[in-house]
Parts: sequence; structure tokens; C-alpha cells
Amino acid sequence: MSIQVQNIHKAFGHFVALDDLSLDFPSGELVALLGPSGCGKTTLLRVIAGLEQADSGKVLLDGEDASDTHVRERQVGFVFQHYALFRHMTVFDNVAFGLRMKPRQERPSEAEIKRKVHELLQLVQLDWLADRFPAQLSGGQRQRIALARALAVEPRVLLLDEPFGALDAKVRKELRRWLRRLHDELHITSIFVTHDQEEALEVADRVVLMNHGMVEQIGTPDEVYRHPATSFVYGFLGSANRFEGRRTAGGIDVGGTRLAAQADHAGEDSEVVAFVRPHELEIRLEQQDAGIPARITRVLSVGALTRVELEGSGSQDGQHYDVELPYETWHAQTFTAGQQVRLQPRALRVFTHNETAGRA
Amino acid sequence: MSATVSNLYAQHDRAALLESRQATRENPWVKAGILVAALGFFAVFLLLPLAVVFVEALAKGWGTYLEALTEPDARSAIWLTLSAAAISVPLNLVFGVAAAWAITRFEFRGKQLLITLIDLPFSVSPVVAGLVYVLVFSNHGWFGPWLSEHDIKIIFAIPGIVLATVFVTVPFIARELIPLMQAQGREEEEAAVVLGARGWQVFWHVTLPNIRWALLYGVILSNARAMGEFGAVSVVSGHIRGETNTLPLHVEILYNEYNFAAAFAVARCWPCWRS
Repeated sequence: MSIQVQNIHKAFGHFVALDDLSLDFPSGELVALLGPSGCGKTTLLRVIAGLEQADSGKVLLDGEDASDTHVRERQVGFVFQHYALFRHMTVFDNVAFGLRMKPRQERPSEAEIKRKVHELLQLVQLDWLADRFPAQLSGGQRQRIALARALAVEPRVLLLDEPFGALDAKVRKELRRWLRRLHDELHITSIFVTHDQEEALEVADRVVLMNHGMVEQIGTPDEVYRHPATSFVYGFLGSANRFEGRRTAGGIDVGGTRLAAQADHAGEDSEVVAFVRPHELEIRLEQQDAGIPARITRVLSVGALTRVELEGSGSQDGQHYDVELPYETWHAQTFTAGQQVRLQPRALRVFTHNETAGRA
Repeated sequence: MSATVSNLYAQHDRAALLESRQATRENPWVKAGILVAALGFFAVFLLLPLAVVFVEALAKGWGTYLEALTEPDARSAIWLTLSAAAISVPLNLVFGVAAAWAITRFEFRGKQLLITLIDLPFSVSPVVAGLVYVLVFSNHGWFGPWLSEHDIKIIFAIPGIVLATVFVTVPFIARELIPLMQAQGREEEEAAVVLGARGWQVFWHVTLPNIRWALLYGVILSNARAMGEFGAVSVVSGHIRGETNTLPLHVEILYNEYNFAAAFAVARCWPCWRS
């Protein structure tokens, strides 16, 4: 089932959580709502579920206006950040809850409920825990039970609020893969909220980047990573080195050093911000004229990658830069900590300043 | 060694783990001192008075004891106390749950006022509370003329006693529930609604099971206070023997008449119902 939200506005007192936001979630996709905390992503999820009422705007489920439909009738499955399992019920009763609450005419027989609950518990591979209470489960198990409980009522949409937020790193990775597989099996339209860019890029079909109650960019993980639309998106998706300067013909000028860049933004001599990923920044010898002057402060060689931390010198004094390069490349060169070098970006993304001013 | 340690942890027996090692064990003198202080305090201030009540009640033998309980004035007092509790505790139960629900689940104007109002009976002296009812409902009070015109008696009658009892017992259940419900949050209830549960289903299947122990404790406290209330009830009751005397008032009258055995006999029977 498709979901559309149109011109949703929601404020809590003076704080605007969602600012005239419109989005389309196509049927059958797994979409990630990604953004820093306080960007309005959870509020949007709750508005879609009906747990929160928008001040204005519409939510369309399958093309029908559902703004005035009660949560009960929206047929959404919601997985809460802290699972919200009923602590006084066994795992079985938790999963059966939605079926048992149905009006008498629609309620399946107890035998049918039993069959269905066990089927769901098998789906989440936790059938052997049916008699336990939530307090006796690990975080990852609780998460999967919460998902089974949400799926029991055969929702048309699955909404997950920070589904892996409260888990440790290893379980988190396992569950991510597992959720992706589950979605490929069930093909139910799903939206999940996360502040972890790695999680969003790895699991989702499509990523919606949000900031300050507005959508910054929508696209496949590859699109948003390779072609970030705004400086916020660039900065949020992975680490970045930041340069401030002025636009010149065919490049930018950073404190007297000219860096080449694609001239995709008009307006010469305007203030700009440029970003470079750590693996796209090259370290060169001081004698070469081009590049930003910097001094190597620290070298970290762990595994296949070497991370070099540098501090800007001259006009860029006090700036911090990160460079990543393969261990072999680093080893073949003769740089040492404390040495004066020049930094030359291979790919530079330039954003005009007013684009950043209101958002970053 | 490490096997024993993990075993102890598995049994959630932190205390035993701490006791098992010299490094974490408390000085035996400190332990003994704390125990003696705690138990001694309870013995002197709680157990001793109770024991005295029992001994004094039976000082003149079982006959006097039973007589004190079965004479008409005592039976009337017992009956009145039970009725007042039977009315005020259910009222407080409904009101307390409703108030705690409203305060912890909704945002509304006047929320702080409601919280203050719930605490009011704790901060007002019971005698003053009784006097307020006298001022409002007695013959010379605000509604006095209207009430006597319609032949309704509140002060110096059972309705007044019930009103006073309700007033002093209002905070117990709500106060017990509010912190618990705040700590538990509303996520489980939201989960139930998303799964299709209706309002009363959410309350019955999710809210109530989560608050049942706090609720029970609130009911016990509220019942104990309802049966034991002296000040407020004393002001509104008028002390009419056999009619508006509750148990605490009856005990006081007997005591003032130097009828110690009967006073203690009645006093003895009443903590039994209180809990």
C-alpha cells in the first residue's frame, strides 16, 4: 500500500517539528527516514500511524485521506523504539494480543490464533520462547517479538521507530540483515526511522534525509551518497572535510590557495563551502605549489586503511582535516608525523553559503 | 572461583556475593548496630503499643471483651465505620484511577491545579476540613436553609461522615498511581491501540495489570485511613451515641468514661479490619 503525506505541519509550542512537509512512499518499498535527533522524523512516523495529530495537512493511505481515521482503523503495524511489549503477558500472549482484541465477528477461533501466533514466531525464529515473559528476553529477541506482534494483525504498512537504536553493535548488524530479508519475503510497505546513516544506507531501498522538519533529499542509498543535494546531506552521510572560501573562475579560492572544482553553481566571487571525503583528499609534498598547507599530527594504521589527521597551517590555521588511504599507499610514501604537507582534493563538492546558512 | 562468582550472579544473589568476600563484607559491628536500631525502634514504638492494646482488652476476661463488642452502641459504631469505608473507598478508587490517568496521559489546562487539589487533604488539618463542611452544610451554613427546607440532613448525620471521610482519603490512590504511571509511560497503551484495542480493552488488558499492585496498596492505605479517621469525622458527627459515632469516636468516649477494658477491646478489633 502506498503512503502519501501532503503539506504536513506540526508544532509543539514554539518548536516546529514538521514544516509543510510532503512525501510519497511507493508501495512495497523499505524506506528510511534519516536525520539528526530532533529533525522531526519520529513525529512524521507517528503522524502517519495516527498516534500524533498534524496541525494541518493530509495523510493518504492507498490514495484515501486517512487524516481523520482512528489509529485502530488505519491497519498499521508500529514497532516502538523500546519495543513496548506488554510486560505482564507471555511472548505468546503479546503476539496474540491484536487478534484477541478484534470484534467478536472478526475474531479468529483460539485454535486459529494459536496456529497463527506460532507461524509468526517461526517467522522471527523465536518459537521456542513462546512461554517466556519480555523481561526474560534479550534486546534483539524483544525487537523480533515486537515485530511479530505488529505483523499479527496483517498491517498494510509497517512503521518502525529506531528499530535497532537500543541494541549493541553486533546484534544490530545481524538484525539489519534479517529485517532486509524479511522485507524481501513479505514486501510490505515499510518505513523506519534512524539517525544512523550506515543503517539507512545498508537496509533501505530509498532514503529520505530530514533536517529541521524539512526534507533535504530523497533517493536510493547510492544516489544520496554520491550526489548529495545539500551541504547538510553531504555532512550527514559520512565524514567530510570542510573548506570555506570564495568562488573563482573554474574553482574556489581557500585562503589564497586555488582549488579546482566543477563550476556547477553560478555566481562568481560569492562565499561558498566545499566538502571532500577523507578518501578523496591527497597528501602531497610541501614543495609542490598547489594545495592547502597542513601539518600531519597523527597517523592511525588499523587494518587495510590508514587514517591521517592533519592540522591546517598558514591561512587555514586551526582547521582539522582527515585523510584516508590504503595502507600500502601510505607505506610507499615517506611522510611522517609533524611534517608540513599540502592537501589536494580529487573531488570537491561546492555549495553556496546561503544554502547552508539556514540549515546546517 | 570465577565459576562460583558467575553462578552467584545467575541467581541474582548480589547480597550473597558481597558477603562471600572479605573485601566487600561490612564490619559485623556495623551490621549488628543497624539491625538492633531498626528492630528496637519497631519493637518499642509499634509492637509494644499493640501488645498493650491486646493485654488491656483482655484484662477483665473474655466476657467483658465480648460484651464491649456486642453492646448496641459498639455495633452501631462498627456498622457506621464499615459503611463509611464501603462508600468512600470505591469512590476514591474510581476517582483516583481517573485522576492518575488524566494527569499522566493527557496534557490539559489546569493539570497543575488538579495535582495541587489532590494533595490538598494532606496539607489541610482534618479538623479544619470538618469545620469547612460544617460551615457549608450546617443549619447556619451556606446551604443550611435550603437543606432544612428539603429535610436533608448532612451535618451530624451519616452523609456528613461519609463526606469527611472521602475528603481525607482522596490523595491515597491517586498519589500511589501517578509516579508509577509516569514511570511506565504510555508506550504500551499506544501499542495496544495500534493493535486495534478499544479504550476499555486497553484499560482492562494493559493499564490495569500494570498498576494492580500500586492500586491494591492505595486501596489498603485509603481503607485504613477511612476507618481510622478521627479529626474530620469528629467535627461533623456530633457524637450521637448509637447513631453518628464511628469506631474511633466510640473508643474515645469509652476511654473518657474510664472504661479502659471496653475501649481497648473495641480498639483491638478494629486494626483487624483495617488491613
